[in-house]
Amino acid sequence: MTVDHPAIRVRGLAKSYGTVEVLRGVDFDVARGSILALLGANGSGKTTTVRILATLLKADAGTAVVNGFDVGAQAAEVRESISLTGQFAAVDGVLSGRENLVLIARLRHLDDPGAVADGLLRRFSLTDAAARRVSTYSGGMRRRLDIAMSLVGRPAVIFLDEPTAGLDPEGRIEVWRAVEELVGGGVTVLLTTQYLDEAERLADRVAILREGRIVVNGTLDELRRLLPPATVEYVEKQPTLEEVFLAVVGRRA
Amino acid sequence: MTIGDTAVLTGRTLRHVTRSADTVITTAVTPIAMMLMFVFVFGGAIDTGPTRYIDYMLPGILLITIASGIAYTSLRLFTDLASGMFERFRSMPIARSGLLWAHVLTSLAANLISLVIVVGVALIIGFRSGADVLGWLAVTGILVLFTLASTWIAVIAGLTAKTVEGGSAFAYPLIFLPFLSSAFVPTASMPGPVRWFADNQPVTSIVDTIRDLFAEQPVGDDIRPALAWCAGILVVAHVLAMVVYRRKIA
Ligand SMILES: Nc1ncnc2c1ncn2[C@@H]1O[C@H](COP(=O)(O)OP(=O)(O)O)[C@@H](O)[C@H]1O
Ligand SMILES: [Mg+2]
Repeated sequence: MTVDHPAIRVRGLAKSYGTVEVLRGVDFDVARGSILALLGANGSGKTTTVRILATLLKADAGTAVVNGFDVGAQAAEVRESISLTGQFAAVDGVLSGRENLVLIARLRHLDDPGAVADGLLRRFSLTDAAARRVSTYSGGMRRRLDIAMSLVGRPAVIFLDEPTAGLDPEGRIEVWRAVEELVGGGVTVLLTTQYLDEAERLADRVAILREGRIVVNGTLDELRRLLPPATVEYVEKQPTLEEVFLAVVGRRA
Repeated sequence: MTIGDTAVLTGRTLRHVTRSADTVITTAVTPIAMMLMFVFVFGGAIDTGPTRYIDYMLPGILLITIASGIAYTSLRLFTDLASGMFERFRSMPIARSGLLWAHVLTSLAANLISLVIVVGVALIIGFRSGADVLGWLAVTGILVLFTLASTWIAVIAGLTAKTVEGGSAFAYPLIFLPFLSSAFVPTASMPGPVRWFADNQPVTSIVDTIRDLFAEQPVGDDIRPALAWCAGILVVAHVLAMVVYRRKIA
């Protein structure tokens, strides 16, 4: 494991379910300490890719190396290096927010699970709700807790599979802030999304998955250069539904 | 580390039990209602010789208690799979067998609590046993073995269920099995083919053994098939559950 190797390296990854070829040779790298957004329509294979990288699913062909470890041959080491926030918030509704965090901290054999939990609760503005059962949380709060649980033990690589799917605009912004919190600590993030604006806001690079392959991979500027040159038009700007919603509930992005 | 992780995970599922006390109560209430009905309504019409009816039928009620308790085990397992908690644990560096064992140990604990409640009510309405500590230990041992065997069946159901209802439906035949055994009525009173089934199915030998232990009688020929059934079901269900589990997480 050398520092100049990318944190994630994927080459020729292929996966079929029965006769349905979902991945047909996916290649991409994620540099250490950066955020890559894997952008793709519903059913394009984003979750399949993430589950292979998180050792939950075996690929049919190709290689994937995470934090210097092969996902097939060194699954245990990969699991030591990663955390997964799946497409649906995987939180324990019967436990309180704090108990959820303490549980993960104990499973990661940390020295002071209570202190780790309290720190994360503060960081994700969940301190007030810490003692409440998670089943009473809003969608945005569940997601924030979900992401906080993924940070326990400071894994080197974090997978976020559609972290804002199914959230209202307010919840979406809460989660965006939580993801922005991750940056800076040297952590590497692979994020999947269906939304260009989400990729734009959060990611250093964007890879577009289509028909089982990465069709475009670049920085946002590089992606913009692929579009026809901008023309200047004057249009009356209508507020977006999102802006209206946020104005009504009294919050700003 | 594996044992430590399993302990942490078991602590979590035990909290699920203590925080939904209604599941423990529901588990105990149905067998208690059956017990009251059999003892006070039907019992007078059933001839169990010199044995008092409550003493005769309690072992069967205890097995029904376990059969209704394990439905919650498969329900908790199914919920963990459906909620994504299982995937979260599986992507962490913890032993994967620990995930199942946490549910199995919790099932054992929850069922023992329900059994204590049911025996408590039985004592109140007149159940008496002169069995000594060794006798009670033997009864407990058989009940633990039966719980483990049924729990691994519940694990298979929880792992393969597509819906919540599917996850607990498997328990109904198990709850019904004691009715086709010597649990409530001596098999001698049953018509030919039913009697043959009742004499040869696992519940009869288990129930007869427990009854003998409670009555301080020699357990005789029943204990061998009773233990063989429990151990056999335990081994087969455990192996099957592990096969299903590996296939599920492959
Ligand atoms: N376990 C499975 N069995 C069969 N088909 C599946 C399975 N999981 C996903 N698929 C199919 O594979 C395709 C890609 O799914 P997925 O990776 O979940 O896409 P995305 O996350 O981009 O929406 C979809 O067409 C989906 O129906
Ligand atoms: Mg998906």
